[in-house]
Amino acid sequence: MSPVGFFVLAALAVASALGVVLNRNPVHGACALVAHLFLLAVFFVGLDAQLVGVLQVIVYAGAVVVLFLFVIMLLNLQADQRSMVSPPLVFAAAACVGALAVLISGGLREPEAAAGTALPQGYGETEELARLLFTRYALPFELTSLLLLVAIVGAVVLARKRG
Amino acid sequence: MGLSALLFAIGVFGVLVRRNVIVIFMAIEIMLNAVNLAFVAIARHRGSMDGQVIVFFVMTVAAAEAAVGLAIIIAMFRNRETTNADELSSLRW
Repeated sequence: MSPVGFFVLAALAVASALGVVLNRNPVHGACALVAHLFLLAVFFVGLDAQLVGVLQVIVYAGAVVVLFLFVIMLLNLQADQRSMVSPPLVFAAAACVGALAVLISGGLREPEAAAGTALPQGYGETEELARLLFTRYALPFELTSLLLLVAIVGAVVLARKRG
Repeated sequence: MGLSALLFAIGVFGVLVRRNVIVIFMAIEIMLNAVNLAFVAIARHRGSMDGQVIVFFVMTVAAAEAAVGLAIIIAMFRNRETTNADELSSLRW
């Protein structure tokens, strides 16, 4: 990934994330979330994770955000007048979150060794991911399907009308 | 990596600062995606596909959690007619 491309994409991703967080209107925030997810999918493809990138678009941008928009429409949310907490709390939150970002990025230093090792053949492709899913990660895979079943049943039960 | 930390921090800020619970949920999704980005970057750096498998699972769990969370919000909205996090406070002491 070229440095210029990375910085442009990174700036856009940060801008869309801020758009989600700071927007008054929830619908505008959901549109910013779609933009953010697409930009992250571009990142994933650039980082040689093609299947994950495509899944991100299909699952996240295609289903989760659509679900958000449906709920926003169902509840008929308007733009909030007082959309954030009181200004002193906003300032305190920003300070704490800035410290958090510095701490996390300090802890996530990439190790200098093994930089530039050649990627194995078939890295990031469906076949390799599927092979791992069905051999080493078979148990989490089955548990995830159980989790999805529980989530579906739970969501239907919770959103049902009474009586 | 710094980008992932920054995006995560923006998500946390959104969760702390906004009142509307749906926007809080969207900020949670931003946090989850920032973590996914970190996983994919580290996986590529190490040349191992395990990070991508973890991302796969995180994505699945996040989708399930979004569905259930939104169902809870719908149920609460039916009861109280508000999506303001300050007013949905019946579990507070």
